[in-house]
Amino acid sequence: MRIAVASGKGGTGKTTVAVNLALTAARAGLSVHLGDCDVEEPNARLFLDVAFEAPRDVSVPVPVIDAAICNHCGACAKICAFNAIACLPDRTLVFLDLCHSCAGCWLVCPQAAITQGTRVLGELTSGTGRELAATQGLLRVGETVVPPLIRAVKDAAGPAAWVILDAPPGTSCPVVETMKGVDFVLLVTEPTPFGRHDLELAVRLTRSVGLPCGVVINRAGGTPDLIDAFCAREGLPVLARIPFKRTVAAACAEGRLAIEADQDVAAAMTGLFHALRDREAAA
Amino acid sequence: MTELVVCSGKGGTGKTSIVASLAALAHQPVLADCDVDAANLHLVLAPTIARTTPFVAGRRAVIRAEECTGCGLCAELCRFDAIERVADPVRGASCRINAVGCEGCGVCVHFCPAGAIDFPPARCGEWYLSETRFGPLVHANLDTGAENSGKLVTLVREQARSTAAARGRDLILSDGPPGIGCPVTASLTGADHTLLVTEPSQSGLHDLGRVLELVDHFGVPAQVCINKYDLSLPLSGAIDAWCAGRGIPVVGHIPFEPLTSDAQMAGRSLVEYAPDCEASVAIRGVWREISRRLPGGRGDADTRCARPIPLVARAPRP
Repeated sequence: MRIAVASGKGGTGKTTVAVNLALTAARAGLSVHLGDCDVEEPNARLFLDVAFEAPRDVSVPVPVIDAAICNHCGACAKICAFNAIACLPDRTLVFLDLCHSCAGCWLVCPQAAITQGTRVLGELTSGTGRELAATQGLLRVGETVVPPLIRAVKDAAGPAAWVILDAPPGTSCPVVETMKGVDFVLLVTEPTPFGRHDLELAVRLTRSVGLPCGVVINRAGGTPDLIDAFCAREGLPVLARIPFKRTVAAACAEGRLAIEADQDVAAAMTGLFHALRDREAAA
Repeated sequence: MTELVVCSGKGGTGKTSIVASLAALAHQPVLADCDVDAANLHLVLAPTIARTTPFVAGRRAVIRAEECTGCGLCAELCRFDAIERVADPVRGASCRINAVGCEGCGVCVHFCPAGAIDFPPARCGEWYLSETRFGPLVHANLDTGAENSGKLVTLVREQARSTAAARGRDLILSDGPPGIGCPVTASLTGADHTLLVTEPSQSGLHDLGRVLELVDHFGVPAQVCINKYDLSLPLSGAIDAWCAGRGIPVVGHIPFEPLTSDAQMAGRSLVEYAPDCEASVAIRGVWREISRRLPGGRGDADTRCARPIPLVARAPRP
């Protein structure tokens, strides 16, 4: 089963849930691969006892124009929807930071003057620990094209019973890319108006891509809260509640595992694991 | 005119709550919410929307089903896996575009042998010009899963600037998105100052380092404030030391305050809801330090070259 852990709002505990669920599943005997798709700010490895291999570059194809062949006809500039090519009477210029690697320019060039070069977006590293395997992508600072790096993280997730993907915050293209091809989306939220509002956006996104989802309420109090009310109205299952405790916050801050720091969190994660196993069996 | 952008790298460090409080403290600001795909500032500022404008950016491919021959060339050429060739009871096969996956490159439009693909402009969301109790707010809503978040951020900032010019207001206070990608780059390009809100955790420190690299890349003067500093005093100290080593001023330490979520529930900023709590006092201190550094403030405007503020050892709360 492939599970994406997403949230809409940042800082609700996606990484905490992804890492602690992955280890709970691994300790129950499953083979688990954790993919950190938050390539702008990947944090899962801070919590993992995994020796990562040396990173390798992830790149996308970009046009390289052969000035000796190019006759500045302008066909490439015309097809480029991203204004990444400008054709002047005596020169054709490429602005690589605007390129989306759609291949239009080299497909359309009547002179076959454009070849494919590469542009490095970031790096990818994988590793296998005693309990699970993991992959992380790391975007180069200043780079803005994120989805191809997320695709690389997902492609690198080897054969495992469970692949758990830690998504970036928000509801735009990086999150869509993370969700593509998964079986289930876990939405982590917190019982605040900001958490509820962004959960609503995340639910809308999950539904628009046609995926089933369940909710994890992090930093929960003891009583039903505004998230429970929202989930009841929307018919969303609340699969786990992680109680708010300063000791848990401190453990997470220091890079320790919440399931090892607190029995209630461990119980919540075990409950979440079984709820997901039941869904997997029913599917 | 000065634009202060609040960023964080890591999400959930408290950017929006702090911006709401700064909005209450600042003298006649124009407010901008640059977190366009998960905007929250409006939940506290309760804006009255004066104008709604659709945000149209780029194009999106649409297949005219009745003219599609189902040859599948478009699906083969699409680099974004946005086109699927499916069985069709009438024609044998036909192609379908997944609107969420389409990047709007137009390659399929150009190469379709049947000329069966339209390429209309794409609506990606809408933006609003609103009034709040602290001044005008420019905010936006990117459609679910839509492209062009960076362009929408740029538009929000342009509108905030022209609103400030029209109203004779000197300060723009922007709530930035998390991360370091497209919308963050769009939020920081050409900004005058940035406040980076971090939290005392390994993740917070790691992400602060990344966003600071980006801020340096754009040459925007940066200052840091540590929110919820008392959740881990050792890590708070590590962030102080890390910033001191780089000459980045730490303009405040805000304690963890459970009333923050009560204030959110009440639709108030913390400094309005609980003006006397320790966190509100600390936020007012942050604002004093920031405004001192802004042009027209009382002190040195070049924070990048300024000496770090002396750090005072803090005791944990009882």
